[in-house]
Amino acid sequence: MMLAANMFVGPEIDWFKISPLLVMLGGVLLLILAGSLTPQWKKGAYGIVGALTACAAAVLTALLWRDLGDGEPISLLANALTFSKFTLFATFTIAIATLLAILLTSGFLVREDEDGPEIFALILCAAIGGMVMVQANDLIVMFLGLETLSLAFYLLTASSRSRSASGEAGLKYFVLGGFASAFFLYGVALVFGATGSTNIDAIAASLSKDIVLGGSSAMLLAGIALLLVGFGFKVSLVPFHTWTADVYQGAPTPITALMGSVGKTAAFVALLRVFSDALSSRSDDWSPVVVVLAILTLVVGSVLAVVQTDVKRMLAYSSISHAGFILVGLVAAGHSASADAGLGTSGTLSYLFIYSILVIGTLGIVTIVAGKGDNETSLDAFKGLGKSNPVLAMGMTVLLLAQAGVPLTSGFVAKFGIIRAAVSTESYVLAVVAMLAAVIAAFVYLRIMVSMWLSEGASSHDVSVAFSTRLAIGLCVGATVALGFLPSLLLQFTNQI
Amino acid sequence: MSIPILTLLVLVPLVGALVASLLAKSNESLVKNVALVSSIITGLLSVWMLIKFPTGSAGFEFVSKHSWVSEWGISWHLGVDGISLFLVVLTGILFPLVIVGIDPHHDHKQYLVWMLVLEAGVMGSFLSLDLFLFFVFFEIVLVPMYFLIGKWGYDQRVYAATKFFIYTMAGSAFMLVGIVATAFLARRDIGHLSFDLIEIAEKSNFGTSTGRWLFVGFVIAFAVKVPLFPLHTWLPDAHTQAPTGGSVILAGVLLKMGTYGMLRFGVYLFPEAAVWAKPVLLTLAVIGIIYGAIAATMQKDLKRLVAYSSVAHLGFIVLGTFALTNQAITGGVMQMVNHGVSTGALFLMVGMIYERRHTRVIAELKGIQAVAPIFAGFFMLIMLSSIGLPGLNGFVGEFLILIGSFPTARWWVVAATTGVILAALYLLWAYQRVFHGEPDEANKSFVEITKREAMLLSVFVAAIVFTGVYPKPMLNRIEPSVKSLLEHVESRSNYKQPEIKVGE
Repeated sequence: MMLAANMFVGPEIDWFKISPLLVMLGGVLLLILAGSLTPQWKKGAYGIVGALTACAAAVLTALLWRDLGDGEPISLLANALTFSKFTLFATFTIAIATLLAILLTSGFLVREDEDGPEIFALILCAAIGGMVMVQANDLIVMFLGLETLSLAFYLLTASSRSRSASGEAGLKYFVLGGFASAFFLYGVALVFGATGSTNIDAIAASLSKDIVLGGSSAMLLAGIALLLVGFGFKVSLVPFHTWTADVYQGAPTPITALMGSVGKTAAFVALLRVFSDALSSRSDDWSPVVVVLAILTLVVGSVLAVVQTDVKRMLAYSSISHAGFILVGLVAAGHSASADAGLGTSGTLSYLFIYSILVIGTLGIVTIVAGKGDNETSLDAFKGLGKSNPVLAMGMTVLLLAQAGVPLTSGFVAKFGIIRAAVSTESYVLAVVAMLAAVIAAFVYLRIMVSMWLSEGASSHDVSVAFSTRLAIGLCVGATVALGFLPSLLLQFTNQI
Repeated sequence: MSIPILTLLVLVPLVGALVASLLAKSNESLVKNVALVSSIITGLLSVWMLIKFPTGSAGFEFVSKHSWVSEWGISWHLGVDGISLFLVVLTGILFPLVIVGIDPHHDHKQYLVWMLVLEAGVMGSFLSLDLFLFFVFFEIVLVPMYFLIGKWGYDQRVYAATKFFIYTMAGSAFMLVGIVATAFLARRDIGHLSFDLIEIAEKSNFGTSTGRWLFVGFVIAFAVKVPLFPLHTWLPDAHTQAPTGGSVILAGVLLKMGTYGMLRFGVYLFPEAAVWAKPVLLTLAVIGIIYGAIAATMQKDLKRLVAYSSVAHLGFIVLGTFALTNQAITGGVMQMVNHGVSTGALFLMVGMIYERRHTRVIAELKGIQAVAPIFAGFFMLIMLSSIGLPGLNGFVGEFLILIGSFPTARWWVVAATTGVILAALYLLWAYQRVFHGEPDEANKSFVEITKREAMLLSVFVAAIVFTGVYPKPMLNRIEPSVKSLLEHVESRSNYKQPEIKVGE
């Protein structure tokens, strides 16, 4: 007994390097403990605490980035987490998206008279899960992050007390998400069986030696397939997408924004880590499958978006189409033999950053239009918005054009980055399919624009919008335009990854 | 070169749009003045550029180049040569005329802001010497045009605007992949990633089949824009439903982005592929000429008739472009400008008819010549220039195209010439139905042309007559650039222009 205790050597911990996670955790504890022990705070105060926490995490991440220089990846906490420009950028994206989503949520909860600490604590929890996922250097740690993220999302989805659709969506998400986690975990087990490790570096090293332990590559392939299914659910690839529209529609609108940004970024970055780092030497095996998934996702997502009549559902399907676009970046990143494989990684990260901002801005405006009760999300609710609230309609137009990938908006920079990666690895057909799917998706955004500008409607939209909501949308629109005109603002960072 | 004149050509309308959008909606006259002033300044700048342009120069003048997205090798690179020169001037002059001369009837502020954004986009497309930059402008033009058609157009405006947007964007999808692929494949020859048009065109050395694939990617986008048969179906809808101002701009300069792109980014970048694709493109062009003419003959709507006549005229330009002789391409470039003037003016007059009668249906118009003879006179002259009557501008371009194409594309020319006859048929027949005869009750009160309208049209008529009678100043400036383009083609493919011996 004594002997065992002496033998145990705790891992060396570089506290500053995990400070973004710690700050977020501190925010959660503060909100839950202080929030439950003190009487109701002033309106919006919980939101301010949450926003400051996310902001601090973003600042710390930026500082860490600066300190890293051109450093090689470092492993932290006994190789449980990895620390590199790649993970820092993803962490930063999550922190910024969390910040914007909290700003939206704060205004939303005040409007709905549901202000309280628990929602913000859950949002921060989800963000912690996402950060752990993107930094994980071990599949088990990644799973922990995934579960933290998912459990927080299930609760958040069901958090609206006034709309029954919210509870229904939460349950649906929970059941299907549980399946997805099981698939993922089974995949981890099989990969462990085939390679003898759950550590990403160790898996990569084991596979590059080209010796498959246990003598069967079938186990590895089955593991890869199950991992892909698990991730497919989380990032909603076709044919694992069926939950997306219902959950996006049912969840409170700011939470939908959180799922579209933080959820997508975390899951995609983890997917990228597993497939282009751990399993890169098996890209000949998984690449064709991913190409097929990408094409299916692009086409089905875009086409189904066209036939929707509810804006939240439209955006849900368009998010599926965007997922297909991002997957094209993954295919490029998987070409490990090519000197340009890094373009796939940096293209994917830029896309996730830009898309996170776009989706939060867009759903932020949907939140305003939906009005008290969060119910008016049909296309008709947008009729005449150009007349009744031209500033809001203009902001929405910018965001929608960006989602369509029109030049001089950030959306074009994102799309260009992916196309560039695809072309550099000579996936021309995939690039053309992706662009054509984007054109189909553009029709969806035009429909919303037609509703706003070109249809007569007698809608009188609530003008009194909370400052935090306005701030969030303003930041999103500003970033969309600024990055469109000066892509270097973002590229100088993603290019270093 | 102290003043970056080309950059100003793009920025002045953009700044005008920005200022106008910040002004109060109620202050209509101020918004109007801002729009007018910025478009007139742009127009004057373009004319000044024309005066300063050294005749006989074959290269790019007034070049301005600044790094934009250094991470991707993209620069703000503008320049003008003989091929783009008159298109820029046409854009510079057409916009103030449209802004001053055509009343959108409602939401003036938004209308003017979109017009100015459109002007900046069109200018940028004609001036860009960077593939990425060109794509940005080429694509951004869709947004203002979409709103102009969708908001100020006629009954089916939303349908037409959406069709226009989606159609063009789908074409551009291929071009974007083509542009990125071009830059990446040229990297081997250049040494670094660059989207610079001149650098790629001069230094790159694509394999035969690579170059052909890339060429196809680019040409699909341009063929939609031109529009080339069978990708033309968006055009009649867009033209018919667009407000008069939109139609004038669409016909006047927007369609030229396609034919200009074919020359600048198709033929110049991929000479071998252009020679290879010649028969297909010539055939499509000739089908367009004849199909457009026949379709125009059958139209009941005057505006739709003019729209189909555009399909035919643009077919002539494509014919000239891919005949690949000095004369034919010079004629093609000239015809781009001529068509902009003539068809722009025709749309303007159709708009005036609609303002008066609230109909464009030919059968409902009758005997207008009797009540409005001056109006009819203007229409007659512009129509004749569109038909290609000698002495007017249309003749010069069309004749150069036909005579220049004859040595390299004989049978296509033979077929295309019937298009000239058909043009006379559908336009004269339309004129006869609308203007001749006794005016019925509804047409009796047709108002004669106003002073303002007459002044507006006089600008067009002056251009039509001047170019028709004395095309030399224009040809002198276009030809050197065309010559050097063809030398580039000849040096990079096994194509040789046939020698034309005069006087044998």
